[in-house]
Amino acid sequence: MPKPRIAFYWCASCGGCEETVVDLADDILSVVEKVDIVLWPVAMDFKYHDIETMPDRSITATFLNGAIRSSEQEEMARLLRRKTQVLIAYGACAVSGGIPALANLFSREEILTYNYEAAPSVVNSRNVRPQPVSGTNGTQLTLPTLRNVVRSLDQVVEVDYYVPGCPPTPKLTRAAIAALLEGNLPTKGAVLAPDIALCDECPRKKTRPANLSITEIKRTHQVLADHTTCFLAQGMVCMGPATRSGCEAQCTIGNMPCTGCFGPTSRVQDQGMKMLSALCSNLESKEESEIRTVLAGIPDPVGTFYRYGLAKSLLRGKHDLYHAGGKDAAT
Amino acid sequence: MNAEPTNAVPENWSPRIVAFFCNWCTYTAADLAGVSRMKYAPNVRVIRLMCSGRVDPQFVVAALAKGADGVLIGGCHPGDCHYVEGNYKMLRRFDLLRRVLKDLGIEPERVRLEWISAAEGEKVKRVVNEMVATLQKLGPLGIPGHFAAWDEEIRELEHEVEHSAGSAATPAAREPHQAEEAIHA
Repeated sequence: MPKPRIAFYWCASCGGCEETVVDLADDILSVVEKVDIVLWPVAMDFKYHDIETMPDRSITATFLNGAIRSSEQEEMARLLRRKTQVLIAYGACAVSGGIPALANLFSREEILTYNYEAAPSVVNSRNVRPQPVSGTNGTQLTLPTLRNVVRSLDQVVEVDYYVPGCPPTPKLTRAAIAALLEGNLPTKGAVLAPDIALCDECPRKKTRPANLSITEIKRTHQVLADHTTCFLAQGMVCMGPATRSGCEAQCTIGNMPCTGCFGPTSRVQDQGMKMLSALCSNLESKEESEIRTVLAGIPDPVGTFYRYGLAKSLLRGKHDLYHAGGKDAAT
Repeated sequence: MNAEPTNAVPENWSPRIVAFFCNWCTYTAADLAGVSRMKYAPNVRVIRLMCSGRVDPQFVVAALAKGADGVLIGGCHPGDCHYVEGNYKMLRRFDLLRRVLKDLGIEPERVRLEWISAAEGEKVKRVVNEMVATLQKLGPLGIPGHFAAWDEEIRELEHEVEHSAGSAATPAAREPHQAEEAIHA
């Protein structure tokens, strides 16, 4: 009986998800024993041709991390979808766009202009930009293009399972691989993490106030946070109430409030709006200008509430970037 | 391939407003406006909730994402909420909701919160007419159109990869039951 064939691939990614696989540490040996890793760019060499010539659906499972931003990433996502039986969106970027999705607040033109011309440390007097097609002496070179919008994996291809987290934990990863090998996967489309808010597994749960009455919102650099009290009770924004558990509350144990990387539970459509609702409902003031003053303690609500999920939010990004909601020309 | 949707406002366009009215005050006021035969702009689609505090910001954003040009929320005056303080919950959410919408490129004037008591049928008429006029000036929001335009860029590769040379091409759209079979095969 041939070993299951597993692939790991990365798109618009920081490499943290690959780290998690490495962090399986000794357990990685047991994984390697039981599976054939047929693709893992960070660790093994490969050429596109190797994947193209694989028979369709011959890869048992692909763990794809990173958001989809360039035409190359999109092509690889589609190709791997064809060649794979079980496609798993691995990590916050593949699940919901991740931090790269915050680029949906800017147009592609703004991004290219900033990075190739306007940034303070750029020296580019001729305003040279990478071109999708270029060439000298009769050879033609092609480069992938940036799409106008950052996407989660399932906004490009059909996804079978989701492993959330930025990055997912080794424990969650081990569980996902075990479920795969034992044929124990839940219904297609499931998120492979508990379906309850982080507060449930957070050790600060005991100090969660019965009546939260917020009079001031402080940011993490403005407070020497207490190690055992609920962050919301300390006046800081903690995304815990709007975020899935499964991460073993590593951030709150590390004295930092949750920032929402596991995404929402299955009962929530838009994580950012849910957190906004929960937080604001618990303000003490009943007076409009006072409310506004307190909420000035959140200078960047989009970055706070949608840090990992802007691509999958109901609005997906900023809407007045292009005159009519259209897109820039291909270059 | 570079199909930019036209900037022009479609000829027969009229603003579409989704309204969330609280049962006890604003919805009753709208009823009163109706019974009193008040004529006002027909652009509003009313959704009745028991309290303005029930308005989940997700509803507002979902309405805009599905094509509403504006959202109107109506509740009891502060201090008069049937559930004592539900309307304050809405008030507390409103400012930040508008700030988020602004950061996402949506004019804050597209979302409006009004306190309208059960006797204020006239106010329903005035507020709706005002909002239609405001949205007429702002033009359509057209978010579904934006999504469609954004997603045009991924059509080409979809076609190309699905039908490229390479072993045994499978149908472009994978049916859910086919994937199920694969796992249990």
